[in-house]
Amino acid sequence: MKLRNTLTSMALALTALSAQAQTEIQMWHSMSGALGEWVNGLANSYNQSQKDYKVVPVFKGNYDESMTAAMAAFRGGNAPHVLQVFEVGTATMMYSKGAIVPVAKVMKDAGYKFDPSVYIPAVAGYYTAPNGDIQSLPFNSSTPVFWYNKDAFKAAGLDPESPPKTWTELTLAASKLKASGHKCPFTTAWQTWVHLETFSAWHDVEFATQRNGFKGLNARLNVTTPLHVRHIENLANMSANGLFVYKGRAGAAGATFESGECAMYTNSSAAYAGIKRNAKFAFGVSTLPYYPDVKGAPQNTIIGGASLWVMAGKNSNEYKGVAGFFDHLSKTDVQAKSHQDTGYLPITTAAYQATEKSGFYKQNPGTDVSVTQMVRKTTDRSQGIRLGNFVQIRTIMDEELEQVWSGKKSPKDGLEAIKKRGDELLVRFENANR
Amino acid sequence: MIERRPLATFLSHLIVLAGVLIVAFPVVLALVATTQTSEQIVQNFPMSMVPGDNLWASFHQALFGGQTAKGNTLPAVAPMLWVSLVSAVIISFGKIAISLLSAFAIVYFRFPFRNLIFWMIFITLMLPVEVRILPTYAVVSSLGMLDTYAGLTLPLIASATATFLFRQFFLTVPDELVEAARMDGAGPMRFFLDILLPLSRTSIAALFVIQFIYGWNQYLWPLLVTTTEDMYPIVMGIRRLMAGGDASTEWNVVMATAILAMLPPALVVILMQKWFVKGLVDTEK
Amino acid sequence: MTFEKRVRFRSSWLPWALVAPQLLVVVLFFFWPAGQALLESVYESDAFGMSSTFVGLDNFKRLFADETYLQSFWTTAIFSIWVAGCGLTIALLLAVMADRIVHGGLFYKTSLIVPYAIAPAVVGVLWVFMFTPSMGVVSHALKQAGVDWNHLLNSTHAMTLIVTAAVWKQISYNFLFFLAALQSVPKSLLEAAAIDGAGPWMRFWTIQLPLITPTAFFLLVVNIVYAFFDTFAIIDATTSGGPGKDTAILVYKVYQDGFKAMDLGGSAAQSVVLMAIVIALTVLQFRYIEKRVNY
Repeated sequence: MKLRNTLTSMALALTALSAQAQTEIQMWHSMSGALGEWVNGLANSYNQSQKDYKVVPVFKGNYDESMTAAMAAFRGGNAPHVLQVFEVGTATMMYSKGAIVPVAKVMKDAGYKFDPSVYIPAVAGYYTAPNGDIQSLPFNSSTPVFWYNKDAFKAAGLDPESPPKTWTELTLAASKLKASGHKCPFTTAWQTWVHLETFSAWHDVEFATQRNGFKGLNARLNVTTPLHVRHIENLANMSANGLFVYKGRAGAAGATFESGECAMYTNSSAAYAGIKRNAKFAFGVSTLPYYPDVKGAPQNTIIGGASLWVMAGKNSNEYKGVAGFFDHLSKTDVQAKSHQDTGYLPITTAAYQATEKSGFYKQNPGTDVSVTQMVRKTTDRSQGIRLGNFVQIRTIMDEELEQVWSGKKSPKDGLEAIKKRGDELLVRFENANR
Repeated sequence: MIERRPLATFLSHLIVLAGVLIVAFPVVLALVATTQTSEQIVQNFPMSMVPGDNLWASFHQALFGGQTAKGNTLPAVAPMLWVSLVSAVIISFGKIAISLLSAFAIVYFRFPFRNLIFWMIFITLMLPVEVRILPTYAVVSSLGMLDTYAGLTLPLIASATATFLFRQFFLTVPDELVEAARMDGAGPMRFFLDILLPLSRTSIAALFVIQFIYGWNQYLWPLLVTTTEDMYPIVMGIRRLMAGGDASTEWNVVMATAILAMLPPALVVILMQKWFVKGLVDTEK
Repeated sequence: MTFEKRVRFRSSWLPWALVAPQLLVVVLFFFWPAGQALLESVYESDAFGMSSTFVGLDNFKRLFADETYLQSFWTTAIFSIWVAGCGLTIALLLAVMADRIVHGGLFYKTSLIVPYAIAPAVVGVLWVFMFTPSMGVVSHALKQAGVDWNHLLNSTHAMTLIVTAAVWKQISYNFLFFLAALQSVPKSLLEAAAIDGAGPWMRFWTIQLPLITPTAFFLLVVNIVYAFFDTFAIIDATTSGGPGKDTAILVYKVYQDGFKAMDLGGSAAQSVVLMAIVIALTVLQFRYIEKRVNY
């Protein structure tokens, strides 16, 4: 191993000597496991396509850890050039004056023609400022979809090829599954993302005022409307009847679906890789359920995942390299390959169309569900969410929903507590960033 | 022990065995996981406790890296083990050395601010690392210690627990020993080296185990302070294998790496036990 | 504070030279950064330190107006008492028993100490493997025994889980030090007592226990500090402070706010409060409990 390393470094050194001095671009990311390989592959493909710049991906822990590392490094003057930040940190990054450079500016300054219309609206919109300038480059984006266990459906007498599309149908399916002996008919991962945030956009209602925070810092939560209360009441009733079983915060429920314990669940489209690998049963994926009597539903879902931000304080030569890397990432073939390999959403419409043309979706049925939920013109209420202190707000939502599922609070009280506590945080953010 | 009481001995064995089963159970779980494939681990709920036959493959992948069945490429852990080893050794030696000196001074001398100094050292326990990590990073960065062993280890060397423990121990040392030393004309350092240190063997051994493991398992601080992969300690390597959420984790390799990571500390534990026994004999004086 | 030794060395410069190394490290790598960190408590800053506004005691006022924060005082107290109590008694029991054993001693002692060495990241994962409702190895067994384990929604289960996880880690640590202390007890004393007719229980109470009180006191203080400060990772991996906020002890909120939510001002204010509590607790321990320690 050491010998191989030494030989490799020698070879690299020789190559470096022969090439002109390369500018190094540091990219800090949080992709572990196989996804880390994916990032390395992207960097390699860019590095091999030109000689002037070398992108060096560095794994810096999970999103919280890499954010802290970047903050520390920034204060010490050695921030990376590119930082992968999760979507809930968008407002924090955007409002940190002087810490970041918007991607639109980086591309323009480096002389790249940057056309925002090539990007899938619901994907890029999340990271776009009200004036149309894209702030960060969507990198690994996914969106909630509905997964179900086809074998369990068959056993319960349900048609495995027609998954429930509405919440009424889902409740019915859950009852049938329970009747056939299933202990966990339905569960969910990322409950706040799926059932409050995306739920709102999917039904074309605001999750927070001021266009979910896009229009201004004075946004406040909007989760106490009759529609939201109705949905949480539905879930609470399902929970009381054993049709919906709460399986933990964040992505914890994923394991329960993959093992076959839970028959249906809502989770990120990016769960595909794990499910494909670990599930011993036939599974299907479909669009997120909705309430058909709500005007405008289904609209589009919003993304989760992370984007790439450019840190301030570097020189223009380095920014040229960053721009080149981003341009490379947006190329259709690169995007299409990433999308097909990882299950993350393609960020350009062209990549989506190329993938469709190649027959990929036919060979891997269901992998286009996530994209079709996004490839629509967004409305004022479904572009995404941009709220400050959003990490803490999500924790509050988790806490209150858990109180609802365990029966300690009524759905209405839980949602009102969310609004009260969340608004306090929004006020704080507004005051801090005026 | 002293007299033969078979029932009591039997009971002791029973209790300790029960304790071992409970305390070591997670380790056993990890070991069983290394014998299965990643799919098997996830597909069976609960995870089957029956060992599979994937043991060799898991450990091979953990040690040498390489492609897994599903196309993941895994890095080798040997270089990371080295970094962890050096860090752990520096940290434990450093901590014990400076704590011995401080505790000696605090207990055996009377000097102004003595109390204050003890509390100053003690307070270091009361503010978790994560809270002060940003300014600590700033200090290390301004001293030019990023990506170095110094940066990895120095901030972690301030140990109140070691000083505290030595203080406790020194207070139990009979005064007659000091008097005897003085009468022999020995100065404080002579007393320290010839009498106090050998007596403290057991405490030193115990502390060495703990501090070694502490240094060995450092994750957050190395994460911030290192950017080049050849300064990554083993725990960071383990974390990197655990795909958070989206991709699927090779659990068997993660567990195998964790077990490998436990071996050097286990070795330290076994070796240090010999010192316990030695310390025993000397206190008979 | 008992520093009283009748016999001391005299030197005007030596003690200073002896404490200098540790003091230097402590000042440079603790006091200086810690001071800055705590200073954040009177500021409202953004994540990257680009803008900082002085807000006086606002962060503190906000803390004490938050009823969930006040609730977590209580949760923390319960948690710490359980963790310190169980951790110390179980470890002491095991150490006393292990000390008696001659055959197989090395195996037992190693097996009890080594689990301390598992990488913390993996420990969290193992607890999930063991206790995930209906899927975990242990929760499945509990179900067979009639206990419907669900720490996601049942607060008692959740608290039991984090206490168990925290105690588990500490057993190895406490065991090691108790064992070291027991093995320092001169055999001659025990032999003499045995000759006088004292049984093992009597010998424990009258000789071993008093002689290990310095270590016991050390462990008591350290365990309480551990329960207050070092248990974040365990809770994050198992219950994330839930259900609701029922296992969100004080330090958990510090981490949540400072680390995950980048709220440096709020988390610094909480750290100040937390530090004050633990310092007070420790001073109390030194003042009242140390009296009963035999040196």
